[in-house]
Amino acid sequence: MAAEREPPPLGDGKPTDFEDLEDGEDLFTSTVSTLESSPSSPEPASLPAEDISANSNGPKPTEVVLDDDREDLFAEATEEVSLDSPEREPILSSEPSPAVTPVTPTTLIAPRIESKSMSAPVIFDRSREEIEEEANGDIFDIEIGVSDPEKVGDGMNAYMAYRVTTKTSLSMFSKSEFSVKRRFSDFLGLHSKLASKYLHVGYIVPPAPEKSIGMTKVKVGKEDSSSTEFVEKRRAALERYLQRTVKHPTLLQDPDLRQFLESSELPRAVNTQALSGAGILRMVNKAADAVNKMTIKMNESDAWFEEKQQQFENLDQQLRKLHVSVEALVCHRKELSANTAAFAKSAAMLGNSEDHTALSRALSQLAEVEEKIDQLHQEQAFADFYMFSELLSDYIRLIAAVKGVFDHRMKCWQKWEDAQITLLKKREAEAKMMVANKPDKIQQAKNEIREWEAKVQQGERDFEQISKTIRKEVGRFEKERVKDFKTVIIKYLESLVQTQQQLIKYWEAFLPEAKAIA
Amino acid sequence: MMEGLDDGPDFLSEEDRGLKAINVNLQSDAALQVDISDALSERDKVKFTVHTKSSLPNFKQNEFSVVRQHEEFIWLHDSFVENEDYAGYIIPPAPPRPDFDASREKLQKLGEGEGSMTKEEFTKMKQELEAEYLAIFKKTVAMHEVFLCRVAAHPILRRDLNFHVFLEYNQDLSVRGKNKKEKLEDFFKNMVKSADGVIVSGVKDVDDFFEHERTFLLEYHNRVKDASAKSDRMTRSHKSAADDYNRIGSSLYALGTQDSTDICKFFLKVSELFDKTRKIEARVSADEDLKLSDLLKYYLRESQAAKDLLYRRSRSLVDYENANKALDKARAKNKDVLQAETSQQLCCQKFEKISESAKQELIDFKTRRVAAFRKNLVELAELELKHAKGNLQLLQNCLAVLNGDT
Repeated sequence: MAAEREPPPLGDGKPTDFEDLEDGEDLFTSTVSTLESSPSSPEPASLPAEDISANSNGPKPTEVVLDDDREDLFAEATEEVSLDSPEREPILSSEPSPAVTPVTPTTLIAPRIESKSMSAPVIFDRSREEIEEEANGDIFDIEIGVSDPEKVGDGMNAYMAYRVTTKTSLSMFSKSEFSVKRRFSDFLGLHSKLASKYLHVGYIVPPAPEKSIGMTKVKVGKEDSSSTEFVEKRRAALERYLQRTVKHPTLLQDPDLRQFLESSELPRAVNTQALSGAGILRMVNKAADAVNKMTIKMNESDAWFEEKQQQFENLDQQLRKLHVSVEALVCHRKELSANTAAFAKSAAMLGNSEDHTALSRALSQLAEVEEKIDQLHQEQAFADFYMFSELLSDYIRLIAAVKGVFDHRMKCWQKWEDAQITLLKKREAEAKMMVANKPDKIQQAKNEIREWEAKVQQGERDFEQISKTIRKEVGRFEKERVKDFKTVIIKYLESLVQTQQQLIKYWEAFLPEAKAIA
Repeated sequence: MMEGLDDGPDFLSEEDRGLKAINVNLQSDAALQVDISDALSERDKVKFTVHTKSSLPNFKQNEFSVVRQHEEFIWLHDSFVENEDYAGYIIPPAPPRPDFDASREKLQKLGEGEGSMTKEEFTKMKQELEAEYLAIFKKTVAMHEVFLCRVAAHPILRRDLNFHVFLEYNQDLSVRGKNKKEKLEDFFKNMVKSADGVIVSGVKDVDDFFEHERTFLLEYHNRVKDASAKSDRMTRSHKSAADDYNRIGSSLYALGTQDSTDICKFFLKVSELFDKTRKIEARVSADEDLKLSDLLKYYLRESQAAKDLLYRRSRSLVDYENANKALDKARAKNKDVLQAETSQQLCCQKFEKISESAKQELIDFKTRRVAAFRKNLVELAELELKHAKGNLQLLQNCLAVLNGDT
């Protein structure tokens, strides 16, 4: 597992540190060499993002979203990509287990990689200042909407297609307003691609909405209120997911994301299915990870990380507890709404049988008021859910992603540790050879030592990089979290205000009626 | 009636007056005033202190108190029901048995779960449950009191000897609850009664007034039953939602105290809001329970009592008609004519007596009902408005602070 990662060849080689990349030449030469020596990647040329993305069909050439209007430092690269893309496909289709081979974005820098995502670092590099500006000024001029769920097909093969509309003034997109149709597995596929590219280097990739059984009912064709509710819940969740993803400055630059938003057709992400080969591999990896986590004992030199981890652990617990209470509230409010409706009907009946005219009328009025109040409760329950409850569940999942990132750092540290231990062993072996005086073996030993020295250095660099990235990411995450919570909770309180105002109106209208009973 | 109660769980005054005033004509005169001045809740029974003020000569003193338990109230009620002389009156419905089981269970569960929650949560929930227990307690006191006041206000019933004994005799009435045999007897009696009721109700009444009343009461009773049940469920859901606010407030508080970012102030403020808003929501639920559910429940019982009256009247009518037939037969056979005549006359008198008083009782019933509904619906609307405005104020204040901070 140690050789999993492609050591970034460049001086600092960190995906975000693009100051180094300004010199185009460096990029190409060093990357090429490293890639050739990479032991893990079966097909170095085909380790672009596409691999990781569970694309079995290979992306279509039209999806190369490199625009002409951009002054591309790597214009040649662009051309190379388009030329090479047809060649890519056979290579890609043979890639069996994308999930296992995580690839750092910098690997994509290699020009030999015939991948459109090679241009990713291009954009990183060029618009780095742009990104910084945007992040600081908070002007992410991009709006995403997910709407119009439409059932496509019939029976168990049916699926819901959602319209994803993007409005933006960012220059990286070809148009300022466009929309595409996507299905749920497309979203999962996007997340899977992004996660495999960025999670292990310390970026907090927003998790996609969860799969659930609810779709089966919709597929089978039962159009009742619970299935419409389910579709709406999913639509809202997908929208929030995309909005969070594009808010992330690094992810926004990712070509897979752009492809997702822009291209009219997307190859089906079959590897997101639970029972696919990739799915099973995912499960195996998850289990392996869990075991590893238990055995890794890390010497935390930086108190910040320990503190933060503890904080997130606490936050997680608190949010879960709050979420349970809010879910109970939603449930009870729905119950209240139903009971109020039942009471309204009953009161109307009572009013009918009451033989005193004025009282009868007042009772009917009461029934009407209660009916309106029932509507109010229903709407409030929606607000309870979509604003408050979903916010909490989103953050519970986000925190899981944050924890995942911390875990990756631990794994990174472990790798570095292991490299150091191996180096020591190799040195010992060399010393032994020296004593035994076996010249050929000595040479081999020296080679190995050199190799492992490089690995140790790389391991240290990686560890520092991921630590640095995580710090930044956590800072950004916390800012986002604070903003998010404040905005949503204020919106929620405003919904409560509205409910009370309506209640006042209704009862004020009823009061004279009650007083009129003579 | 509408005191400025913002936070205080002062249920007693409102409830007391609320329930008593369900029957507005209970302005007892100086001749006889009854109330329950105190009550004590022991493990499985409640002891009511019945306090009487009277200028009637029947009583030894002008003012006195006795201690009574629920069973003794039931005994009094049953004695009215069984008294033939009162057949023509709507017997005030008996107060329901004090039922603290649910509340006690909850308190017990809370005690068991003490270890699993924070101290603040525990104190909060304990206070809540204690307030609930207190509310139920006050309600049961009020219901027993209403029963006594109704009796005291009734021109005929107030003179009942058993009633005076109940009020005055300062020792235990030795009225034990019914044992199994008696309960079985009751059960059969009820069965016979309802079967008879069916037969009797088949007899069409000549009198339009009573015919109308019968149809009306039947339908009304059923619908009040339904409305009362639904209202109960509604108020209970409301209470559950209010309880959720409590837990949400606690969780937000925990978040606020543990968060490292500047959102902690935000959370604390929102937590405070939820705590306050919960109190209001709980009051809304309690007031709805009082003004709506209790009202409906009371009229459920009263309409049953009215139905019973109509049944008794119909029964006496049937008896009267049977006596007529028997008289005709006797005259035809010329045997036991005098006996038949006396019997027929008795039945006739009984029937007419019942009819007369029943008519008045039913008219009074309607008047009471309309007045009670009016009073309670008006109060319900006023309370709902008060609480909604209070809630709105709270929310707007909180939003102003939160928006000002961010």
